[in-house]
Amino acid sequence: MGDWWTPPMMPDPGLGIREFSSVSHIDESPSRHRSPPATRASETNSKHSYSVLTAFCTEENIPQCVAYVNQEAAALGLCGVCVEARGAGPSLGAASALNLLYELLQLQRRGQRTLHDLETQQLKNNSDLEHLQHNNSRLKDQLEHTRRENSGLHEGERQLQLKIRTLQRYLKSEKEEVQKLQSIIASRATQYNHDAKRKERESAKLKERLNQLLVDKRDKRLAIEVANCVGRADGKRSLWKTSKMEARHEGEMYKALLSDYEGRHQVLLQENAELKKLLQLMKKDMVSMLSPRKTTRAHMPAEDSLEQAGSEPDDELCEGSRDPLEQMCEQAREQLANSIRLQWRRLKSHMQRLDSQVSLAASREQEEVISRREHEEAITHMKMELQQCTEFIQTQQQLLQQQLSLPCDEETAALLNDGYLLEEKERLKEEWSLFHEQKKNFEMERKNFTEAAIRLGHERKAFEEDRALWLKTQFLNMAPFVGHRRHATSESRRALTIGAQSGAKVPSSPALSCTSASHTGLSTPTSDPMTLPSTAELYRTLQLIPDSRSQGRCASNSFQSGATMTKSQLRDSCTDCSIFSVVRDGNSAS
Amino acid sequence: MNFSEVFKQSNQLCKVSPDGKYLATCVQYRLVVRDVNTLQILQLYTCLDQVASMEWSSDSLFILCAMYKRGLVQVWSLEQPDWHCKIDEGSIGLVSSRWSPDGRHILNTTEFHLRVTVWSLCNKSVSYIKYPKACQKGMDFSADGRYMALAERRDCKDYISVFVCDDWHLLRHFETDTQDLAGVEWSPNGCVLAAWDSCLEYKMLLYSLDGRLLSTYSAYEWSLGIKSVAWSPSSQFLAIGSYDEKVRILNHITWKKLTEFEHHPTITNSKAVVFKEVEKRPVIPTEDLSIQQIAMESSLFDIQSKYEIPPLPVQVPVVKPDPDRANPKIGISAIAFSVDNRYLATKNDCMPQSVWVWDMQRLGPTAVLEQTAPVRFFAWDPRRPRLALCTGNTKLYLWSPAGCVSVKVPVEGGFQVQSLFWHCSGDSVVLLGKDQLCLCYMATDEEK
Repeated sequence: MGDWWTPPMMPDPGLGIREFSSVSHIDESPSRHRSPPATRASETNSKHSYSVLTAFCTEENIPQCVAYVNQEAAALGLCGVCVEARGAGPSLGAASALNLLYELLQLQRRGQRTLHDLETQQLKNNSDLEHLQHNNSRLKDQLEHTRRENSGLHEGERQLQLKIRTLQRYLKSEKEEVQKLQSIIASRATQYNHDAKRKERESAKLKERLNQLLVDKRDKRLAIEVANCVGRADGKRSLWKTSKMEARHEGEMYKALLSDYEGRHQVLLQENAELKKLLQLMKKDMVSMLSPRKTTRAHMPAEDSLEQAGSEPDDELCEGSRDPLEQMCEQAREQLANSIRLQWRRLKSHMQRLDSQVSLAASREQEEVISRREHEEAITHMKMELQQCTEFIQTQQQLLQQQLSLPCDEETAALLNDGYLLEEKERLKEEWSLFHEQKKNFEMERKNFTEAAIRLGHERKAFEEDRALWLKTQFLNMAPFVGHRRHATSESRRALTIGAQSGAKVPSSPALSCTSASHTGLSTPTSDPMTLPSTAELYRTLQLIPDSRSQGRCASNSFQSGATMTKSQLRDSCTDCSIFSVVRDGNSAS
Repeated sequence: MNFSEVFKQSNQLCKVSPDGKYLATCVQYRLVVRDVNTLQILQLYTCLDQVASMEWSSDSLFILCAMYKRGLVQVWSLEQPDWHCKIDEGSIGLVSSRWSPDGRHILNTTEFHLRVTVWSLCNKSVSYIKYPKACQKGMDFSADGRYMALAERRDCKDYISVFVCDDWHLLRHFETDTQDLAGVEWSPNGCVLAAWDSCLEYKMLLYSLDGRLLSTYSAYEWSLGIKSVAWSPSSQFLAIGSYDEKVRILNHITWKKLTEFEHHPTITNSKAVVFKEVEKRPVIPTEDLSIQQIAMESSLFDIQSKYEIPPLPVQVPVVKPDPDRANPKIGISAIAFSVDNRYLATKNDCMPQSVWVWDMQRLGPTAVLEQTAPVRFFAWDPRRPRLALCTGNTKLYLWSPAGCVSVKVPVEGGFQVQSLFWHCSGDSVVLLGKDQLCLCYMATDEEK
């Protein structure tokens, strides 16, 4: 709605019109045309120039307008304004008009939105275009550049090719030259050789000639002047050159050669023998080295068959190659070499296996060794510790004895006492609680006792009353002399009760004694066979309590004595205990 | 170590007799024979001209003096001073003269290597051997003196003739498969003859005494080949020094290469001890320069030197050879085995200041002696593994497995040792200067 209303509110109405008119040219023009009548009332009210300009609908041409609008709406595919042409004239259906208006508005808004979108699209496209143009120009530049480069490279290539061509030409010429030179050299060499030979021949000829001349000329000067001939160095006479001499020379020469060869042969033999000896020694060593292994390895299931197979003929080879030096034949040598090779192979494999084993077991063995060593070390360490501990204990004992024998310095005593005191406190606490319990028990017992006593008192009172009653009745019924006999029985009875009481009660409370006194006081007059069962009852009831009480007291007594004993011996025993514990610690440690 | 007084000599002609009793020196045209121990003159002979070559006979009874310019050889007897012998080669000329091993024949090589004339002192007979080849070592006698090998050239082919020295009977004559035979050398046991081609081709041929080809060895092709050859005293090894600065050792059984010793300019082998000679010049105050010129001059030569062992690696000074000149200064020019076969001393021409000593048991270098001056000559003690060398200065250098020493020759005016040789007993060394000689007596073990 707002979108629509803004153009009219713009300060320049012309712009609005223009826009309106320009928009109206587009496909949505009918809806726009139709909208003015819808807003007409308000427009007229606001006296807008707009309404004045576009006098599309007046009072007179309403039906036409409506028809027109209908037509337009139909063209647009909307329901018309529903003009009913009945009656006086065409009337405008308000609802349909509004609907139409609404639809038009919707259309308008949609149009506006699409317009906006299109505008932004336009902008985007513009910028894209610009970008593309830019890109295009850049690419063009690049293309130009590469073209230039390409042409440059082409030029370079051309030049290089030219150069190559010239170089090839040069090379060809050089090669030709080389060939020429080589041929020249060859020809020169042949020429030179030829010349040299010729010259040499010439010189030889000349020499020959010179020789001939010298021989022919009989050079007078060519002579030897010796005062007297000297003998040969070996003192022998010189011998005539004869065929025998020649043969002798040959023989000597061959002898010399033979002796040389023999000498060399001897040297080689010696060397060979030494080498063989060495080989034998090596073999023997190898055999001795490998044989114990063989026995051990026989147990091993993992055994390569090749070696086993090889080891069998080896033994006979050992026999066979016992005296290869004497045999000196090819076979023996081969045998020896074979056996050596075999042994060597075995040794090598053995070494490899050993190596692998060593590498494998190295870590494990090392660990074992370490553990054993550690074990030993630990043992020695522990032994040392033990010794230290025993020493420590001894010194402690000594110290303690010293302390016991004479009160040593305060501090240690205080320190020691602290520990003891704590222990004592604990013990006392325990005892305290025990005592408390006992006390409670005692209290309970006392309460029971007092209750029993009260009950007894009541019973006695009742009994006394009964007796009094009975006595009264008796007294009333019988003679007055019966009285003193009764007194005696009451006396004995009183003594009995007292004894019982004294035996029963150690912490005899004054109340009880009072009651007993009151009892006695009361019971003195009572002496009656009828009362006997009641007293027996009383005893029974009394004895029940004293039984338990005596037991408890006994226990407590023994306990008390024990406690006192411990109290008296506390220091001693405590120290002893501590020592023992320490000793036990030491034992356990060891 | 003691030094004798200085004697005169010319042409470095000085030899000790093979029995080690006498010392013969030539001074111009005079031949002087001295007792080695007392250095007293025993005999004095006068030759017809200045002596060019001098040699003792194998029995130490005769001395040969050759005067090549005049084609003359004179022989003197030590026992009979009156006895004399003169051999005139006549108009054909003389280039080399030497004794045969029996000491009763003289072999003269005529000019142009036309022939070898064998003169007998026993019966004045003369015999000729034609076509000897002019080469590095064309003639060699076996160690026992029985046989002589001679390189020959006939019809542009190389041959070797083996003669029996007793009666110059030609024992064997065979062609060798060489382009240009350069030398022949008998093994010390006299059973194998090594023959090698010229430097243009690396080829070593080994022949038996009866002329059979035992083996051929060639290390490489198309490069300069063998420069020097040496047999070990036991005939076990044959060392071949070549232009590629390597020494190859062949064994005597298969004649194959046992090992090769390379002479690297940088020594990194920790087994090799480098002895570097360091010189210290005494500081001379400048005021003395004008006052005592002569006295100072003597002190100028008084340069102290000692050996230092620098830490490895050591860079041995190398001289770059001129490739355009013939006989380039490169390659192994000298090889020598010690008498016990244990050590091998070599000299590489492009390392002129160094001598390399190799251990034949380890087959590796054991010492490198780096001198301040180019080594002129070195020689092994004939009895012990001891090497003496000289560099043309006033010092004698000695190496033994125990170490290295340099000794100044205590001679006034400076005695520059150009060459040296050992007395056969190994107790003394004869030092040869330009025209002087001096004996150096080693401190013997008993004295120590």
